[in-house]
Amino acid sequence: MKLLKYLVIFLFFTNFSNVALAKDPSALINEIVDEAASILSSEDPVESKIIKLNAIAERSVDINGIGMYTLGKYRKSINEEQKAKYQKLFRSYFLKSFSSRLVDYTNPRINVVSQKKINEKYTIVNSVLEATSKRPQVKIDWRIYTKNPERPLIRDLIVEGLSLARTQKEEFNSIIQNNDGDINALFKTLEEFLIK
Amino acid sequence: MSRQLSILILIIFTFINSHANAGDDGKLKLNENKNGYIEVGDCFERVNRGIFAFNQALDKVIFKPLAKGYRMFPQPMRSGTSNALSNLGNVVTIPNNVLQGQFKDAGINSARFVINSTLGIAGIFDVASYYGLKKRDKEDYGQTLGVWGAGAGCYFVLPVLGPTTVRDSIGSVVNIIGGDAWYNVTVANDTQYFSEADYYSSRLLSGVDFRAKNLESFDSLENSSVDLYASVRSLYLQDRYRKIRNIDKTTDTLSDDDWEELDTQ
Repeated sequence: MKLLKYLVIFLFFTNFSNVALAKDPSALINEIVDEAASILSSEDPVESKIIKLNAIAERSVDINGIGMYTLGKYRKSINEEQKAKYQKLFRSYFLKSFSSRLVDYTNPRINVVSQKKINEKYTIVNSVLEATSKRPQVKIDWRIYTKNPERPLIRDLIVEGLSLARTQKEEFNSIIQNNDGDINALFKTLEEFLIK
Repeated sequence: MSRQLSILILIIFTFINSHANAGDDGKLKLNENKNGYIEVGDCFERVNRGIFAFNQALDKVIFKPLAKGYRMFPQPMRSGTSNALSNLGNVVTIPNNVLQGQFKDAGINSARFVINSTLGIAGIFDVASYYGLKKRDKEDYGQTLGVWGAGAGCYFVLPVLGPTTVRDSIGSVVNIIGGDAWYNVTVANDTQYFSEADYYSSRLLSGVDFRAKNLESFDSLENSSVDLYASVRSLYLQDRYRKIRNIDKTTDTLSDDDWEELDTQ
């Protein structure tokens, strides 16, 4: 009986802590958008902004997951050594292109509108990038990987219905395909991009 | 005329479907994934890349500077121009709404066209939105052919005009054989009110307006891309896929089996 009591207490607290720690995907987007906006609108030098933006990306984006996704069918044919090399290169490539895309925005205003759970693994968060005098309003949707509800991670950005991850995948696949399926061609291209 | 149109439609379907059945022969493939996303073959990639490079050079010398100049006009002026061009686009959207069975949208777009052309002074002001008639998505003959089940055919790049597919270019041909009322009153028929120059300047302005709205996005894409040609191809095909299926819900656009296979947590 005493054992049962302890078990009930244990289960209660385990369950409670899970609920308490689960993070809402919309909250994740609100949090990183606010943080990024404050970095971008600050007077910090560009290099410092890039470092801070990359820190946000490392924390909230599933860079490895996106990397493997963008390899498409080729991820099944590479060996462990190539996989490790690719993941390292992709991480550097992703962070460089991510921060260079963002750093030009001075004070982006993104409002989360709604969210929809697709399945246990994914939730789509819908948001809107407010219009400025230079460009119209832009719809941005975020594919959030929620397999671990305590640590949701961004896997894709869909701008006006166009998936950035899919675009990246087709870009990488085109490079490999045009080089007779040789993944080293992609490595070379990524290395060249990184030293640019 | 209607006989000619029937023959053309027959040729279109024969052409597109024969290519769809050609299979994965290295020249062309139209494979449908489990999620319904269609992969379109790039039949003449080497030539396409050449034309793409030419278009890029043209963009740098002509369109980008024009778009930058256009950006210097005050915002209300640019919005008015954009509204007027969008209003003009309704003469293609409305028949396509009907052809796709979107009768409610056809009615709304017709009302918008009448209100904005008159009260909105040639479409400069979007008065119809004020009356609750919100702007609908654009439709064209390429989309209609897609809705009717025609495959995309090959992807290719046209000089100046940019990316397209066999189906979408056939859709554009429909515009000039009677499907675009604006073309009919400016170029095809000699009316006393409009001239050819009106049509071509509206097309040019439309291109510049689009380019001006996307100056930063294009720069960003160019800077972060490792194969710009492949990126533009992907974006064009995704956009057409979404438009043909009239997808509003993002989740429908995004279904991709690859995501389900990947587990990193």
